[in-house]
Amino acid sequence: MTVDGGGAEGGTVSDETSGQQDDILRVEHIAKRYGAVTALVDVNLHLGRGEVLGLIGDNGAGKSTLLKIICGFQPPTSGRILLNGQEVHFTSVTQARAAGIDIVYQDLALVNQLTVYQNMFLNRELVRWPLLRNRAMRKQAKEQLDSMGISTLKSVDLEVASLSGGQRQAIAVARSVFSKAKVLLLDEPLAAMGVKEGAAILDLVRDLKEQGISIIIIAHNYGQVFPVCDRVNLLQGGKITFDKYSKDTSVEELTNIVVAEYRKALEERHRSAS
Amino acid sequence: MSDVSETAERSPETFGAPPARNGGPSVLSRVTTMFLKQREASVLAIAVVLFIYFAVTTPAFVSHGSFVNIAQYMAPYVIIGIGLVLLMVCGEIDLSVGFVWMLSPYVMHFFIDSGIPTFLAIVITIVLLAVVIGGVNGVVTTIFGVPSLITTLGTGYIIFGYALTISSAQQINLPPESLGLGRWFGAAPWSEIIWATVLVLIFQVILTRTRWGLYTISVGGNLLGARESGIKVNRIKIGNFMMCAGFGAVAGILEAFKNNIIDPSAGQLAVVLVALAGVVIGGTAMLGGSGTMIGLWLGVLVLAILQDGFNLRGISSNKFQIILGAAILLAMIANTYLTRLRSAGRLSGGGR
Repeated sequence: MTVDGGGAEGGTVSDETSGQQDDILRVEHIAKRYGAVTALVDVNLHLGRGEVLGLIGDNGAGKSTLLKIICGFQPPTSGRILLNGQEVHFTSVTQARAAGIDIVYQDLALVNQLTVYQNMFLNRELVRWPLLRNRAMRKQAKEQLDSMGISTLKSVDLEVASLSGGQRQAIAVARSVFSKAKVLLLDEPLAAMGVKEGAAILDLVRDLKEQGISIIIIAHNYGQVFPVCDRVNLLQGGKITFDKYSKDTSVEELTNIVVAEYRKALEERHRSAS
Repeated sequence: MSDVSETAERSPETFGAPPARNGGPSVLSRVTTMFLKQREASVLAIAVVLFIYFAVTTPAFVSHGSFVNIAQYMAPYVIIGIGLVLLMVCGEIDLSVGFVWMLSPYVMHFFIDSGIPTFLAIVITIVLLAVVIGGVNGVVTTIFGVPSLITTLGTGYIIFGYALTISSAQQINLPPESLGLGRWFGAAPWSEIIWATVLVLIFQVILTRTRWGLYTISVGGNLLGARESGIKVNRIKIGNFMMCAGFGAVAGILEAFKNNIIDPSAGQLAVVLVALAGVVIGGTAMLGGSGTMIGLWLGVLVLAILQDGFNLRGISSNKFQIILGAAILLAMIANTYLTRLRSAGRLSGGGR
């Protein structure tokens, strides 16, 4: 059986949803404090091979912080990360990328002044020292975008500043696929995106899953991503408090949990005020 | 599940910014891109028009002496301008470079006096000042988070005081043994502009065709994004501060050989301001993320033609300052306008 909403508060990874051997990624007892502020208390999370895990939670729950720890952008205060059962310590995103973990940041980390292909190869350029191999990068970028079915781009020589939100998102995803990521972290891939653009991105996620890539996807607006998720985790108060397969839950249940949490917090505030 | 997909379809409309509607980049953004690409061409056009104007109105303008004057006026500003472009592209600035210009020939003189051969003394001076002064500027700015305008104002004054102290604010002659090699380093009429031009070409390639240039643009264009992409942003900035200080040292040494004297009134803040004028007229954006070395060369050429032409027509150099100021303002207004056009292109452009 799956863990009930709020039932996993003990903080251990629920064995019910964990295949252990099949896990490509395990996060154990991760905490993150910034001075007096505690962003993550004790996070335990696992990701199966080829699985799409939806990570939901309210604003400020620490979702982005967690992904930035997994991808090596910042270190955790305590806790450990296991990749393929091996404990890993990344001191940079370049290291994590080499190990097969890549991230698409919420802000996409694109440089407006650079072209599409330059952005796709940023910090992984093809070089014949000392010069960049622009022609080869241009060609590979085009092939990659074509293979992902991204056809709305007129040219990979366009400056990224001139593109729409969906195109920018697609480029950011294409860039992480380039690095042959085994684990892909997507932070709010549908933020500020139109219906059709959003659908295209979700199709992309399905394609990546079919290629065997394991994905953690953050969505503040979880209703949108629910259909592509195999499993959903809820991050509340710096802990994973809910872990169920998508087939065993529903958007309604998730909404009820989130609303209940909100009501509880509101009541507590009223009580302490009066 | 049906209501799930309904939510998925409905919610984006209520969320975030409205999506762009047009397919592909708009006409506006395409025209803007073309316009932006011609930024160097427009500076070139201004230079050509000015050249023709003075050639027609001022007979002495088209002469060997006049051209040498233009070349010699240009060269040092172009050289420190290269460093300033690198820094401005990555979102920083260096006011201290003019004081490195002032200090470097004294340092070179010291090394030659210590028995080091001239060529080696020049190289050691440039590398030493680049690493020490550029390093301090870079570390204070990136690690301590002081805005580079303030950092380099502070280090600039320190270098100024140091140079005045070690020189007792006195001119000194170049060491006699250095004069032979000095012909290659500024003394011969065309040597300095040749150095400047070769360096511009090399750094145009570095800025547009190498990893260093790409990262410099990335750091200035999107600092957080560059860091998130795994670029060592502080290393890029510190490196560019070092190169800028190095160019200050190069300009100072070349100017000393050109003038055949080491002079405590050389360089300082005034030269930084002229070089900055050339940088912005050349089309490098103050905001970071874009810049051009060829544009810098042409921007300084425009200043040099104005200076030479006014000089030959007997117009006082006091009035030249007015023209310089107006040229800076016009260039910046044009630049800001172009940037606004570009972001407008982004807002109305885009696709599905």
